[in-house]
Amino acid sequence: MSWLTPELIDVIVQVLKAIVILLVVVVSGALLSFVERRLLGLWQDRYGPNRVGPFGMFQLGADMLKMFFKEDWTPPFADKPIFTLAPVVAMSSLLIAFAVVPVTPTWGVADLNIGLLFFFAMAGLTVYAVLFAGWSSNNKFALLGSLRASAQTVSYEVFLGLSLMGIVAQVGSFNMRDIVEYQQEHLWFIIPQFLGFATFFIAGVAVTHRHPFDQPEAEQELADGYHIEYAGMKWGMFFVGEYIGIVLISALLTTLFFGGWHGPFLDALPWLSFFWFALKTGFFIMLFILLRASIPRPRYDQVMAFSWKFCLPLTLINLLVTGALVLAAQ
Amino acid sequence: MTADSALYIPPYKADDQDIVVELNARFGAQTFTLQPTRTGMPVLWVPRERLIEVLAFLRQVSKPYVMLYDLHGVDERLRTHRQGLPAADFSVFYHLMSLERNSDVMIKVALSERDLNLPTATSVWPNANWYEREVWDMFGINFEGHPHLIRMLMPPTWEGHPLRKDYPARATEFDPFSLTAAKQDLEQEALRFKPEDWGMKRGSEHEDYMFLNLGPNHPSAHGAFRIILQLDGEEIIDCVPEIGYHHRGAEKMGERQSWHSYIPYTDRVDYLGGVMNNLPYVLAVEKLAGIKVPDRVDFIRVMMAEFFRIQNHLLYLGTYIQDVGAMTPVFFTFTDRQRAYKVIEAITGFRMHPAWYRIGGVAHDLPRGWDKLVREFLDWMPKRLAEYEKAALKNSILRGRTIGVASYNTKEALEWGVTGAGLRATGLDFDLRKARPYSGYQHFEFEVPLAVNGDAYDRCMVKMGEMRESLRIIEQCLKHMPEGPYKADHPLTTPPPKERTLEHIETLITHFLQVSWGPVMPANESFQMIEATKGINSYYLTSDGSTMSYRTRIRTPSFPHLQQIPSVIRGSMVADLIAYLGSIDFVMADVDR
Repeated sequence: MSWLTPELIDVIVQVLKAIVILLVVVVSGALLSFVERRLLGLWQDRYGPNRVGPFGMFQLGADMLKMFFKEDWTPPFADKPIFTLAPVVAMSSLLIAFAVVPVTPTWGVADLNIGLLFFFAMAGLTVYAVLFAGWSSNNKFALLGSLRASAQTVSYEVFLGLSLMGIVAQVGSFNMRDIVEYQQEHLWFIIPQFLGFATFFIAGVAVTHRHPFDQPEAEQELADGYHIEYAGMKWGMFFVGEYIGIVLISALLTTLFFGGWHGPFLDALPWLSFFWFALKTGFFIMLFILLRASIPRPRYDQVMAFSWKFCLPLTLINLLVTGALVLAAQ
Repeated sequence: MTADSALYIPPYKADDQDIVVELNARFGAQTFTLQPTRTGMPVLWVPRERLIEVLAFLRQVSKPYVMLYDLHGVDERLRTHRQGLPAADFSVFYHLMSLERNSDVMIKVALSERDLNLPTATSVWPNANWYEREVWDMFGINFEGHPHLIRMLMPPTWEGHPLRKDYPARATEFDPFSLTAAKQDLEQEALRFKPEDWGMKRGSEHEDYMFLNLGPNHPSAHGAFRIILQLDGEEIIDCVPEIGYHHRGAEKMGERQSWHSYIPYTDRVDYLGGVMNNLPYVLAVEKLAGIKVPDRVDFIRVMMAEFFRIQNHLLYLGTYIQDVGAMTPVFFTFTDRQRAYKVIEAITGFRMHPAWYRIGGVAHDLPRGWDKLVREFLDWMPKRLAEYEKAALKNSILRGRTIGVASYNTKEALEWGVTGAGLRATGLDFDLRKARPYSGYQHFEFEVPLAVNGDAYDRCMVKMGEMRESLRIIEQCLKHMPEGPYKADHPLTTPPPKERTLEHIETLITHFLQVSWGPVMPANESFQMIEATKGINSYYLTSDGSTMSYRTRIRTPSFPHLQQIPSVIRGSMVADLIAYLGSIDFVMADVDR
């Protein structure tokens, strides 16, 4: 057993941890479909799925079985390689971005010193999923959806990055762990970076194409938008990809603005760190669902206007003020 | 005519002879043949050569006939009771409406089978377009000069003209249907949209347009409705609405059902209107029969009609908000609908299509305890409406999506034959329940909700107001429900009061005949319009003295509302079209009949 050096064991443990984290993300993403339907049911004065298992908990299993056994149909008029690639990109890009999120002091996939930048890069990739799907489907509704998606992404990517630069300026690092630890010593960023929080939240909803920024799929207008031609497991990957996006953005909001794993009684019970992290993330996930339940969808040019005329100036002001304060403090 | 120069609507004048005098003065009395009817308006036959002149005159005359309310045809070939009328194999009628006179006039033209040609009226009223297409479709009458005379309701490959008397009404009279591969290809090809046919271009100098086929299956098309969009990016350059997917031949069925057994068919014309649909039909039949119903019948009918107005508006409200992207309110409005159905079900025994009105009355008396149920609903509803207004309609995103979207003014509305909330949202105070009271509406106190901008938001707000007023009317029915019989004491009341059939042999025989063969209505023509859920709905009945109608013309409000779409939506975005469709309040059954 001489090859089993402590370094190797460490590597194996890290790999196992990474696999566990990503699996948990995927499973919780999939579970969200059930959670969302039950919550919507609650808020909409109806039951939601409650037939399969206790409280309908096995609905997810039923849905997955259904999806796996559906014909994996590719329309004959579609561009096959890109058509197949699109859902893979949709699901994987945001999943990979989760690697930089520190879950607890000891758990996390990768501890990159460019953590935030890595997230921006991956978030930028997600638009390709929509673009590929819309273009390769060879369907006009899909095309309109992906056109909307690209226009929307261009608008919201701009201040998605800028909204977090205030944090980076204050902490002096792109590393997520540094950011969390900084919040331990100082205030949670929700207070000094409130404008950053507001705009990042909006941009985060836009990145996941969640209501009210679900312009690319806008059911009432474009039927289903970019994934109108998808069925079976390919469609399922878009679906799970969307929920992974929710989990990711919620986790980031927790990490960046709400002190990550921090919470009371951590000194006595260190395992609480995961609990606090999950609790805060769960709260934001609920918020995403509540948004969907409560508000109408603006028109797509109004979404653009809101981005350029309101959110972008707001982030710039935030950045300038933060920069000035950081300089003054030095 | 905008909101600031609002029209004064005088009291309704039935059989207004002023216009006959004016017409005689202008064209000479020999031009016209006056037909006595029970339609409540002068009916004048005009020779074909003078038709456009006369129509143009009526459009221009002081206090003009601003609205082409209806235009359709009649196959006169089998009609036996037509003494004093010009010889005709077919006739086409133009029903015109003047708001400043608050009266109507009907112009008819006689046509011979060998020469089925008429000049088009599209230059006088733009909404003649679809009506003339439908007349061509149903009777094969050609309109010279029509911009695009193709079939309206039937598919382009259809053979024959269904409303002709020699066209069979029963499926068993046809050969069995078969679909060969070749025929299928032909039908498929006929569905292909060719922009050139519609005078559209596939592109301009620098750009190609996209033609987007929205429907007949689309989540926001509110039924089987197809609309083809010519898009530049997301901007709608032009569009072509296509209807007919929901056509069931309701008018043809009127010609083979007894006067009594046709009532359930009317329920399904505007399938959200329930018994509201029975109302114009039974009122028109009662005019033919000369029945005057007891007060209690009027009150019961009004109460149930207003219940269905609320039902319709609740569904409208939910789907309208859903069309602009908020998914929750529709579930709440359906909860309210359930509450109302509880009352409706207790009273009529059915939910959506009770077919509960009868010629000369209603099917049953109100059940014991009805007042308690109605009271419960009246207590429940107002706070819910307040909540919808606060939570959904005052939402800034919803307002941003709908204010200023798809707006038109009163003049445009009248030109296109728009009635109902779509007309009142432009500021015109024209509600038939006030302007031309029927079925005892003059006894009730209520307001007519109005708006000014005529946009998608205003249309919804008017409907919100209407729900509150309907609640007021129902409350008055509850408080002042008169005692008395629920059926008129008249030989043509169908079916006759059951209690008496067991005592009088005469009533027993009448009962038997009316239920088996159906009542015989005196030969005449009658007409009744009502303020239905979606606008003005009317039945124009022609009786030839038989157990069945000779011609049943159903004028529905949604038909002109859809015809108006292109003129309103050009230059807007796709998302605006969806908000507009949501705000119109139409169901395809009401459009296609």
